[in-house]
Amino acid sequence: MIVAKRKPFDEIRQLLKGYKKVLNVGCGTCVAVCLAGGEKEVSVLNAELDMAGKLDNTPIEIAGITIERQCDREYLEALDSKVGNYEALLSMACGAGIQFLAERYPQIPVLPAVDTTFIGVNQAVGWYEERCRSCSSCVLGHTGGICPVTMCAKGLYNGPCGGTNKGSCEIDTNQPCAWYMIYERLKGQGRLDCILEISPPNDWQNQIPRTVIQPGYSKPEAAAK
Amino acid sequence: MKSGSNLEKILKAGHFAFTGELGPPRGTGAEEVRHKASFLKGNVDAVNITDNQTAVVRMSSWAASLIVLQEGLEPNYQMVCRDRNRLAMQSDILGAYTLGIRNMLCLSGDHQKFGDHPQAKGVFDIDSMQLIGMVKKMRDEGKFLGGTEILNPPQIFIGAAANPFADPFEWRVHRLAKKIASGVDFVQTQCIYNMEKFRAFIKQANDMGLTEKVYILAGVTPMKSVGMAKYMKSKVPGMDVPDDIIKRLQGVDKTKVADEGIKIACEQIEEFKEMKGVAGVHLMAIEWEHKVPEIAERAKVLPRPVID
Repeated sequence: MIVAKRKPFDEIRQLLKGYKKVLNVGCGTCVAVCLAGGEKEVSVLNAELDMAGKLDNTPIEIAGITIERQCDREYLEALDSKVGNYEALLSMACGAGIQFLAERYPQIPVLPAVDTTFIGVNQAVGWYEERCRSCSSCVLGHTGGICPVTMCAKGLYNGPCGGTNKGSCEIDTNQPCAWYMIYERLKGQGRLDCILEISPPNDWQNQIPRTVIQPGYSKPEAAAK
Repeated sequence: MKSGSNLEKILKAGHFAFTGELGPPRGTGAEEVRHKASFLKGNVDAVNITDNQTAVVRMSSWAASLIVLQEGLEPNYQMVCRDRNRLAMQSDILGAYTLGIRNMLCLSGDHQKFGDHPQAKGVFDIDSMQLIGMVKKMRDEGKFLGGTEILNPPQIFIGAAANPFADPFEWRVHRLAKKIASGVDFVQTQCIYNMEKFRAFIKQANDMGLTEKVYILAGVTPMKSVGMAKYMKSKVPGMDVPDDIIKRLQGVDKTKVADEGIKIACEQIEEFKEMKGVAGVHLMAIEWEHKVPEIAERAKVLPRPVID
């Protein structure tokens, strides 16, 4: 899932400065699961904003709504009849969701309440770790299911570098060396031949905005224009 | 001859090579470089010019390499993958070669987190293995990585590093083999203190026939103090300093510790001269360039051979 974390409260207040009537839009998918921007977080943030506004005499009328997914038109539609009543929208969705929201209502300022952080896993409730940089050219088949692009601090394709320190990365003893893990896992599987071959320079595909059209589908005429 | 560099000639002629290291200044001005170079000239076959080592900004490696070249000393131009993408690397290689640089050392680079700009975006467009292959392609095929032809391709003697001590030890020799397959001509190792482990590494390399395909220069850094030895042991990732070394330094009079450090280095060099598969020594006398003449003398590697 996409993991996000709430922005510092003061930063959110700074973004909202001058707006008196705001709708906080949560997202019920990834950011809800990682406890950053779902229904609960929307109401907590709204309560804090309401209280802070009252305390320093800059009252703000803030409403909340959480839709299933902000990255999906089907769910955004539910907001069409509501957004006209607000001066600004605050979004607790990921960077993709908030942009889709802003795109749908271009006349209304849309402000982020979270920092989108990574594509990661749920280690335990409230504990998430990054696993994928969405590079568009997955090498996991050769690296024992451990991503060197994400998990190696230098993103090396032919590691490990000389900084491996008793199995940890040179940047931090608490950070395991990705290539040490790759080696250990492949060795356990009897597949070290996978990394004997030189991995050639990567054909970076994440340097421009990417579009995916699945086989059998096409862009609708209107969107293509 | 691949490049015709002095280092290549020395190694090809079968001489025991001796290279040094020089860190460019944290500022402008050629004087510091010239001053350091004065201690190395005539005492080493080539000198590595570090590239923003430990991720700290310094005068660019190619610029300091050119100053060293003007001083009549052959540079080994270091290039790390941390600070440049493939376009910048290739253009720097063209410029460096054009202005007389003939040796290059291809490195991944210390992570930017260690340096004076920990907020920097690390580039790592390609890694050290791929950089070796790119320089080889430029030299042997006369083509850029992208495939187009190079006008007057650069003839570079290609170097790389190897750390026989970092985990996993069993994999290190295979990584060396990969660097050879990528096209490396010579390899300089991480500072060696654990001789037993290094002997095992070289034996593996000999058994795999690797030392016939690449020149291996054993890395030596004399310990200046007990504090330095302890720091290297505990704080420098991938460094293997056995307790015996620390004990030996602690065992001598405080005024004699640096001398003992040089003595240990010279004993190592004596062993490397006789070690099958070792083609020379790379002396990294960090901020101790003025000691190089004495170390070279005591290690009995002088005079350096001159080959036309």
